[in-house]
Amino acid sequence: MSEIKHAKPSIEEILNSGKFLVSGEIGPPKGPDIEEMKEHIELLKDRVHAMNITDNQSSVMRYPSLATALLIKEAGGEPNLQVTCRDRNRMAIEADLLFAYTRGIRGVLCLTGDSVPVGDHKDAKPVFDIDSVQLLNLMRTMEEGKDLGGNEMNAPVKFFKGAIVTPEAVPFEPQLIKFEKKVEAGAEWFQTQAIYDMNNFAKFMKTARDYPVKIQAGLVLLVSAGMARYMNGNVPGVFVPDDLIDEMASAEKGKALDTGIKIMARQIKQIREEDLADGVHIMAIGKEGVVPRILEEAELDITQL
Amino acid sequence: MIVTRQKPFEVILKELEDSKSVFLVGCGDCATVCETGGEDQVKEMTEKLKSEGKEVTGSVIPETGCHELDVKKEFRAHKDELEKAKAVLVMSCGAGCQSAREGTEKPVFPANDTLFLGNVLRVGQFEEKCRLCGDCLLDITGGICPIARCHKGILNGPCGGTNEGKCEVDPEKDCAWTLIYQQLEKEGKIDKMRAYQPPKNWNAVLKPGRLVLERQKGGGKGE
Repeated sequence: MSEIKHAKPSIEEILNSGKFLVSGEIGPPKGPDIEEMKEHIELLKDRVHAMNITDNQSSVMRYPSLATALLIKEAGGEPNLQVTCRDRNRMAIEADLLFAYTRGIRGVLCLTGDSVPVGDHKDAKPVFDIDSVQLLNLMRTMEEGKDLGGNEMNAPVKFFKGAIVTPEAVPFEPQLIKFEKKVEAGAEWFQTQAIYDMNNFAKFMKTARDYPVKIQAGLVLLVSAGMARYMNGNVPGVFVPDDLIDEMASAEKGKALDTGIKIMARQIKQIREEDLADGVHIMAIGKEGVVPRILEEAELDITQL
Repeated sequence: MIVTRQKPFEVILKELEDSKSVFLVGCGDCATVCETGGEDQVKEMTEKLKSEGKEVTGSVIPETGCHELDVKKEFRAHKDELEKAKAVLVMSCGAGCQSAREGTEKPVFPANDTLFLGNVLRVGQFEEKCRLCGDCLLDITGGICPIARCHKGILNGPCGGTNEGKCEVDPEKDCAWTLIYQQLEKEGKIDKMRAYQPPKNWNAVLKPGRLVLERQKGGGKGE
């Protein structure tokens, strides 16, 4: 089978060359009108190395991640395909991965997926035939030319296998065990759940650096003090320290977004200057249009890396 | 214990809309404990149906509603009352309802919804701790089942939705994987949690489940 040439360097190539990996995120829309999403892809494709595509994010039915990954390839960008185990059993996931491979998709981020009742199809049957660790192992099995049924495929596949970790999880020890299991199951790089407290993150990285994997710091754009407080109270594994909440709260009326951008830009600079991580993953949920501004304020131009 | 909950009375009436006369079947076992098919509930149902203009031709509470031979025996003993009824309303679990199905030609209707295999925490409090998966892994999880007690039923540790030992789908619910971690730590067996658990065999018992004990296969009165 002929290899499809990458339009852009792959995530693997960026990380292996020692460059600081900058990725963004595309959240597909609910419905067939994909024009705005295409604009976001155009806006981001040359400003970030890769774009995550969420897979029915938060258990809310949306345009498919796999189709969006193809759109990104067609637009000349590099996709990072998020695959969850919530909606498909092992057979469906394997088949999707075969398709992704033949279309040149290499970066795959493995997640278990959110619970069904947190989303908008509360009556749906949750699948969870496998979990994120087993998904990583499934991909390794397919890379050895076999499927999970133990059957030979007519050729092997090759992916760059990603996973997530939650540095602020409480308690942390079970999370660390899961992180280790993901590494052992073949994860080659990690993106973290949103982190805000740089001291906590540095502490986590001190532990994580002992493992043979690359790690991107996950950053979620704050748009208001209320959002920060909401995340503290409602999003497991996310901790926004008081000084950042105060900074958001003290923003002039109508300027909270600017403050959020300023905070993220400052954090990106700090991560680079102090070499805290191998890259950043920028999640500007619903505000993709401001990502160029964040990068500019962070003085982060991927063409200059 | 098979945990059941009575359907809303309007739903039961709708089931019985074409049946002027009804024979009631309870269960002396689980449904009695769940207060959905014991003596008091059968009596109460009799009164409510009568007040809606239905004739209740009789009732029976088999010792165990899912024991088909017992149910058939009880039905034979109440043959006349059963014959007079247009329908049978079963105040038991889905299994009990289908025992009744085997014992009569009459239409059979469920009065209850069947919820789960539950442990009895105390009177009137039930909790699901076993999912009947056919391939028990409690030996590696400190005696705490992640299939039943983790919302996602995952096998390799907690998901990102865990928070201070609780589950994101219900802040009252313990995270099974936090419990497993704490138990294995107490036992000094955290390595069991570190070991990779491969994808589960969800067909350990081919549905519908069926089992014939070896001694029954060897002749005598077996099949």
